Amino acid sequence: MAKRAAPEVNAGSMADIAFLLLIFFLVTTTIEKDKGILRSLPPIDDSQTEPPIIKQKNLFTILVNRDDRLLVEEEEMDIKDLRQAAIEFLDNGGGVNPEGESCDYCRGKKDPESSDHPDKAIITLKHDRETTYGRYIEVQNELVAAYNFLREREAQRIFNRSFASMLEEKEKNQFNKDEKLNANIQRIKDMYPMKLSEAEPDKS
Amino acid sequence: MSKFKKKKGGDLPAISTASLPDIVFMLLFFFMVATVMRDNSTMVENVLPNATEIEKLKKDRTMFIYAGKPSEQYKNLGTEGRIQINDAFVNLDAIQPAVFEYIATLPEELKDRVVVGLKVDENTNAGIVSDVKQELREANALKIMYVTGQKKEE
Repeated sequence: MAKRAAPEVNAGSMADIAFLLLIFFLVTTTIEKDKGILRSLPPIDDSQTEPPIIKQKNLFTILVNRDDRLLVEEEEMDIKDLRQAAIEFLDNGGGVNPEGESCDYCRGKKDPESSDHPDKAIITLKHDRETTYGRYIEVQNELVAAYNFLREREAQRIFNRSFASMLEEKEKNQFNKDEKLNANIQRIKDMYPMKLSEAEPDKS
Repeated sequence: MSKFKKKKGGDLPAISTASLPDIVFMLLFFFMVATVMRDNSTMVENVLPNATEIEKLKKDRTMFIYAGKPSEQYKNLGTEGRIQINDAFVNLDAIQPAVFEYIATLPEELKDRVVVGLKVDENTNAGIVSDVKQELREANALKIMYVTGQKKEE
């Protein structure tokens, strides 16, 4: 039986070519990883109406100076204490909202000197033109974290699931809207509406 | 018995490598599909700040604005923060036309959901960012995203 099968075409070098291409694409690949903090800007309002008067106790003032230091409610503060301070301010619930309801879900100290209701509580942020952008983002991040913490807590209490997972589910079905889920998300958002105002930095 | 032995012959047959290219091609296609070629090079320094409370960016409706110090090869432009859109340094008054131009390229259902991604170097002055934001307000592109990296939780 000396008869042999026809020799196969040598495919050994095919792997080399494929590897070459593979390595090229491996090196050039950057898996997209763009993420960030989503914020909405206030629309331009040129009406001449008087801005409503806001009580000082409902304002949480943050100033960032050109040396990147923070002045929170007229006291110097470290960035790592900002989140807690913002949570305490938002969650205080010392009074009633514009409809005259008191905040029955707040767990704050109910200090009459601090914010009345999360509906009324406003955080204002003012920075200098020379503040670095890195510090500005850190401050923004802490403030968003404070809101997220409170919303997360209420979502756990009322719906027994995390707020993040609710948002994720909404995102997944963005083209067939789930009215109930949207209503639930809106309910949580309305409990702690994000009222973050940014002042224009002074022109120098 | 002896018949079989004869057929097998002396040396071992080589392991077939014929399926190796298939495997490699499979990997290759994966990376080809996942690859995004960088379509515009940044002309400004662009070290993004880090944050924890981040959301995913929706690529299909996002326009990017870069800002920062001009990078090494554009040093002759000084060290003041500059704005870059698409492949050129621009002034503040060019932001609005650029936004409208981008919105015009979007499909109808995304036109009013446009997001502007701000990729700003962390050492830039925040003043330039508020100038950009003011322009965006005037262009009525109110959704912005500060593009950041993911900060590691301590």
